[in-house]
Amino acid sequence: MTTAKHLVIIGNGMVGHHCVENFLTESESASWRVTVVGEEGYAAYDRVHLSEYFQGKTHQDLALGKAGFEDARLTTLLGTRVTEINREEHQVVLSNGERLHYDKLILATGSYPFVPPIPGHDNKRCFVYRTLDDLDAIASAASAGRTGVVIGGGLLGLEAANALRSLGLETHVIEFAPRLMPVQLDDEAGAILRQKISDLGVQVHVNTATSRIETSGDDRLTLHFAEGEPLTTDVLVFSAGIRPQDALGRQSGLELGERGGIRINNHCQTSDPDIYAIGEVALWQETIFGLVAPGYRMAETAASHLCGQSEPTFLGADMSTKLKLLGVDVGSIGDAHASTAGALSFRYINEAKGQYKKLVTSADGKHLLGAILVGDNSSYDTLLQYYLNDIALPEEPDSLILPTGNAAPQLGVDALPDTATICSCLNVTKGGIVSAIEQGCCSLAEVKSSTDASSGCGGCAAMLKNVVDTTLEARGFEVDHSLCEHFQYTRQELYHLVQVNQIKTFDALIEQFGQGNGCDICKPAVASILAICWNEGVLDAQHVKLQDTNDTFLANMQKDGTYSVVPRIAGGEITAEKLLVIGQIAKDYNLYTKITGGQRIDLFGAQLHQLPPIWKRLVDAGFETGQAYGKSVRTVKSCVGSTWCRYGVQDSVGMAILLENRYKGLRAPHKLKFAVSGCTRECAEAQSKDIGVIATEKGWNLFVCGNGGMKPRHADLFATDLDDVTLIQTIDRLLMFYIRTADRLQRTARWMENLEGGLDYLKAVILDDSLGLASELEQQMEHQLESYACEWKTTLEDEQKLKRFRTFVNSPDADDNIVFVQERDQIRPATNEEKHNLIATA
Amino acid sequence: MTAQLKKDTWTDVCQLDDLVPESGVAVRLGKTQIALFYWPKTGEVFALGNTDPFSSANVIARGIVGDVQGKRVVASPLYKQHFCLETGQCLEDDAVSLMTWPARLEEGQVLIHQP
Repeated sequence: MTTAKHLVIIGNGMVGHHCVENFLTESESASWRVTVVGEEGYAAYDRVHLSEYFQGKTHQDLALGKAGFEDARLTTLLGTRVTEINREEHQVVLSNGERLHYDKLILATGSYPFVPPIPGHDNKRCFVYRTLDDLDAIASAASAGRTGVVIGGGLLGLEAANALRSLGLETHVIEFAPRLMPVQLDDEAGAILRQKISDLGVQVHVNTATSRIETSGDDRLTLHFAEGEPLTTDVLVFSAGIRPQDALGRQSGLELGERGGIRINNHCQTSDPDIYAIGEVALWQETIFGLVAPGYRMAETAASHLCGQSEPTFLGADMSTKLKLLGVDVGSIGDAHASTAGALSFRYINEAKGQYKKLVTSADGKHLLGAILVGDNSSYDTLLQYYLNDIALPEEPDSLILPTGNAAPQLGVDALPDTATICSCLNVTKGGIVSAIEQGCCSLAEVKSSTDASSGCGGCAAMLKNVVDTTLEARGFEVDHSLCEHFQYTRQELYHLVQVNQIKTFDALIEQFGQGNGCDICKPAVASILAICWNEGVLDAQHVKLQDTNDTFLANMQKDGTYSVVPRIAGGEITAEKLLVIGQIAKDYNLYTKITGGQRIDLFGAQLHQLPPIWKRLVDAGFETGQAYGKSVRTVKSCVGSTWCRYGVQDSVGMAILLENRYKGLRAPHKLKFAVSGCTRECAEAQSKDIGVIATEKGWNLFVCGNGGMKPRHADLFATDLDDVTLIQTIDRLLMFYIRTADRLQRTARWMENLEGGLDYLKAVILDDSLGLASELEQQMEHQLESYACEWKTTLEDEQKLKRFRTFVNSPDADDNIVFVQERDQIRPATNEEKHNLIATA
Repeated sequence: MTAQLKKDTWTDVCQLDDLVPESGVAVRLGKTQIALFYWPKTGEVFALGNTDPFSSANVIARGIVGDVQGKRVVASPLYKQHFCLETGQCLEDDAVSLMTWPARLEEGQVLIHQP
């Protein structure tokens, strides 16, 4: 047996991690073992979304790597530095003194933030913005402070400013150049961006050089400038650019660029063919690529080359960027400054909306050379495709950036060549998507999971959907969205038909818009729509036949045909008296009792005819139906909150009870679960719920569209520091929009993933009211909630409805096929074998 | 005489008033449980075994009624298999079917024919 060859990778950032993942999935890597040495104490994480750490995301949320990515060949040494490379011996020396032999070595050490040598720059209140440890240090320094300053108004500086702002600091940005983002933007774009950011309360100082930093009397910092008044602050963050972390290359004598960076060839090899360099430490043709996508390309190139493949090679990368800075869209493509000889510019400026759009074309106006967008990135994807694929521009190129009243002209997907990159993070081309479809993927979700497209920054989601839909249609694929054989409509379409045509019954709907007699798919779906639109009781005579057994009998059928009973215990708060009532009922009817995950009590083993007397006693004791049987709002779980807990910052139980009582009874396409946590420790697990609310010092952070179950999904942060009224208003709008637009049995997580534009679109509709629907959604919710009545209370008052609760219509007997045995001092259904024995011995 | 005998095998199980349009109720005849479904458009009543063969629970009467592939069916409320109201045949599994009995309405009474 030959010893496995050893690959050592120095650096456990995004690019290093991507390289390991790619290498280990190559079949040729079977004869290798891999050691990753990472300086930080954390496993690789998503640095692009670093600022979300301050919005409640944890290292775990940001961690990279597919779940369960484990490989026996891989050793990861965290919190360890490489102090020396000995190329002659093929060894690296670790900070703990250990030496590792390598056959091949990859440097993925990334970059470090440049700190300008301003006197006083090493003060303990000065920070950089690069790692989770940096962020922890900033947060701790900010906790008692009022003011924060960022030196550097580039892309990362504005990210850092956003972070300081989210920590509640009055935030300043100091930029030496005459405008923000001097690399990507021109003066006019910079001015629009500056205005928008100033409107958000961030003070921007351009043309400002910091001359020295001093400690003021009260342990704060005073910044002195070449001109103008000094500024006092509690926290100072340097974000004045990055420098390649090339110290090991320098130490070991690898060839470096004049201004740093380790030189690499098209295979990402350094001047020593056994050593590769990838990511921000690597210098390719005098260029350092400070974006993640080119770093990933280098990682893939190095991994392939190690496996003996000469393809792909790294041939540079496009540095176009699209991002949201402090909520403002910014996009920059190619030659944004029109520095190409003879280039023409087209500009559109809208000061009212704070929008700036600029196209740079070739002298003949036929080809796009570059673009700048501020305030509206909607045309970015289209422009980028024109640029990358050198597609001929329309006769009037400015039509691409001028408002048209209608939607801007879209570049047809057909016009794109197969080589067009759709997802630049994961490098998925149009050809890759088409071939995934040819290999059997029939939906957006399938294409996503097959190609990983849109699983990076997500910016390409709309474009991806467009390509998938067009390709499916072109292949004569008819995507059938029919609810069932009786209705050729989706749930959303049926909802509109019911509303627009004022349809009140299933029979009327199927007569006008369907065929046949209906079935167990469409009947409950239509019943739910009718309940939402017209708010009639589910047990009203004309709707009885539409309901699932659980809705018909207002209880949950179990495997033996008995039912379970779940009274509402809002927020999980219950008095001793009510506990006694539940206990006594369980005892009297010999019911099995269990605490549910939603903080209430489930009583099992009731026969149909026992449900009304059980509920009579519950209702008399002040209980209401818990609606555990319905596709509707279930529970609002909560921790104990600030009332008792020494960490709590808000009354989470109070809010949970308020929410549960507000939304109880609301029918939806699927069940809805909520939770409220009283502090960021998140004991109520709100981030796994459809609606999750987490207390902050200033109010509530709202998370949406999470779920547990078969395919768990963490909820997304939707809005921060809401007051009670805004929180409820936001939930009202979101839930009603979900109810109106989701498919049958589609939970909020899948609904959001399938919305074109995803989370950003949802935020636009709910928070910015982009569809002008907000007040209508609120009113509809209000109308829904006004007409709430406990279904069990109304049923008990109606003799006709109670007639349904008979096990047999011709006998008062119980079902003698229902047999229980004892287990752990309670009943459980007998197995068939047990039943047989019991009957035999009886 | 033969006709008289035949009439006697029709058993009065409940009243029309006990039935629920386009839905089911259960009756018992001795040890036998029977699910009754009322189809008001044609005035038909269907009588099928109430025991779900997939769960051994007596729940067929509590299923949703409709039509699938041109057959009038009831869907088991537990695991959602469909059974033809006329023949008792399970649509998902050829080997499984429910017992059926002829049933009719007469003067507000529901009658079931027992062989």
